[in-house]
Amino acid sequence: MQVLVLTLVSFFIFSIYQTTVSNLVERGIQTSTSFFDDVAPFKIGFSPFLNFELGKTTYIEVFYIGILNTLLIAILGIFASTVVGFIVGIVRLSPNWLASKCALIYIEIFRNVPLLLQIMFWNFAVFLATLPPPKKSIEFGYIFLNSRGLHTPIPFIEDKSSFNAWVFILLLGVIFCILLSRWAKKNFEQTGIKRPIFIYNLLILSSIGFLSYYLLGGPLEFDVPVLGKFNFKGGGQLPLPLFSLWFALTIYTSAFIAENVRAGISSVSKGQIEAAKSIGLNRSQMINMIIIPQAMRVIIPPTISQFLNLTKNSSLAVAVGYEEIVAVWAGISLNQTGQALIIIAMTIIVYECMSLFTSFILNMYNRKVQITER
Amino acid sequence: MKKITSLVTSVAIAGIAFATTASASTLEEVQARGDLRCGVSGGVPGFSAPNDAGKMVGIDAAVCDAVAAAVLGDASKVTYIPLTAKERFTALSSGEIDVLSRNTTHTLTREASLGLNFTYYNYIDGQGFMVMKDAGISSALELDGASICVQAGTTTELNMADYFRNNNMDYTPVGYETSTQTREGFEGGACDVLTSDKSQLAALSTEMADPSSILILPETISKEPLGPVVAQGDDQWMDIVAFTLYALINAEELGVTSSNIDELVANPGNPSVGRLVGAEGDTGEKLGLSADWSYQVIKQVGNYGEIYEATVEPIGIPRAGSVNDLWTRGGILYAPPIR
Repeated sequence: MQVLVLTLVSFFIFSIYQTTVSNLVERGIQTSTSFFDDVAPFKIGFSPFLNFELGKTTYIEVFYIGILNTLLIAILGIFASTVVGFIVGIVRLSPNWLASKCALIYIEIFRNVPLLLQIMFWNFAVFLATLPPPKKSIEFGYIFLNSRGLHTPIPFIEDKSSFNAWVFILLLGVIFCILLSRWAKKNFEQTGIKRPIFIYNLLILSSIGFLSYYLLGGPLEFDVPVLGKFNFKGGGQLPLPLFSLWFALTIYTSAFIAENVRAGISSVSKGQIEAAKSIGLNRSQMINMIIIPQAMRVIIPPTISQFLNLTKNSSLAVAVGYEEIVAVWAGISLNQTGQALIIIAMTIIVYECMSLFTSFILNMYNRKVQITER
Repeated sequence: MKKITSLVTSVAIAGIAFATTASASTLEEVQARGDLRCGVSGGVPGFSAPNDAGKMVGIDAAVCDAVAAAVLGDASKVTYIPLTAKERFTALSSGEIDVLSRNTTHTLTREASLGLNFTYYNYIDGQGFMVMKDAGISSALELDGASICVQAGTTTELNMADYFRNNNMDYTPVGYETSTQTREGFEGGACDVLTSDKSQLAALSTEMADPSSILILPETISKEPLGPVVAQGDDQWMDIVAFTLYALINAEELGVTSSNIDELVANPGNPSVGRLVGAEGDTGEKLGLSADWSYQVIKQVGNYGEIYEATVEPIGIPRAGSVNDLWTRGGILYAPPIR
């Protein structure tokens, strides 16, 4: 029986394939991958990881740029929405009435407005409308903010050998700090004396870093953005479309994550909290040591779906002009070459891989935090 | 289990049966359906944009109306399907629309590899640049380093890349999906320059808060012959769409308008006019249409000049002496005779 079903299904899939191919041929649509090595006849504005050179970069490189830009927004978004989501979720359960209601309003507003609308709202109605043109940029030292985005100085290596020496010294510092924390932990277990070891480490590392940096004569130089005829040139750039998209995705997804966090925390039984109080833990100790570890096993599974949603939602970037894979590959490249079948299939595979990879990693983490029952 | 199997089998059989159905000719399909599905932009004033009454109007929409009048005898039997630049060709080759009339540039790649046939041109355009007046720019050659708003996936994007490369200039593209978004981006300051076909620049500027604050630079950097497109593989349908457009142009050349056509049917005088208005000859039969197809087109939609005057003139693009004028008046619109 099962063999029969399998045969029928594979026959069905095969016949779809056959029909597609014959229809394409009949309509005179050429399908081939030969365009991969053709030079892309258009320009990609934002490609921080691969250098785009008009007249040299090929279609397949455009594909890679698209993937990298999608990964960039996905990682930025996942990071920021987790932080914001956790804070909002915890505030939502705060005993302070005002704080809790503010978090509720935040969640209900951003969870219930369609994402595309939010992206366009932040980009066109808020950022573009309020940020000044490049010539009237808002300045913070060497950092400039305007309607094209954020322009910052970026460091580059001036002298390779002294830079390597600096990195080596820093590494030694990190190792020292790790040893110090180990000793502190051991000492705490033996004597019960708690030291603010994190702050010590921070102080030690930053002083080592600064001192050696100056002793080595400053191995880094900074590329500072300079106002050109139209906009700032040089330095690092966070273009406005990326920023708007990041902002909108973070706000939207964090509202969902906040609800997951609330559900997770509520799932921790009251007895645990009472027990924590009875042994004299204060609120932050109780949250960090009793509630969060137990809540994690409820929080993580639905949050994985939110991370996957965020990655897929980043394809709405095309509305604000951020150049991720759907915009540059399934959009521009598809339209310029007409190779819909191949391009759409590749795009689907990319999203599929990203989602599977994300859920694989997080499922591993999930297994780690689940309660081990013996 | 048995139920599942029979379900799968029937789905599979239905799928195969559906996939292998022989397709009827486009003309028969449209006549059987009783309306024409026409792909338009839907957001470019003068070409295709809804008017106050919600009716799609513009020179592209008029081509849809004319084809419907020729094929169905009623110019109002059109379903306009707004498409983005990205969607348009797939919509046409998959049979979702019968005609694509969406300011689409005729190029070799599109003609030869996308399964499309371009008919003729209803508007001949060229790409230009638009800047804010206060930027103090007077030539496209001063645009080195500018951010440029552009509609993604258009020939505009390619011409721009070529132009900047040719002139050793650099730029940052800001690609949006629709031309409305490019305008919003430009107005909001996401870019210094907006580039598009010059007709579209004029159209978009009419929608801006302050149309007098912008300047369209003098350079025209490309050839953009725009016209209706049909899917490959149905020559009769291609002839119908092409000759509907030719009829509009010939009507203007011969002085036939929607208001004097009734008189001319009764008393054509010139045999060319007689053939055009259907008083002589059998052009309808040859195309597979009714004998009065061209009468219906001109009566209901008007001739090319009337359409231009009603749609493109109002967005501020004068026609006299431009490339879009008739060949007899210094333009290049030239239609083969209807005989």
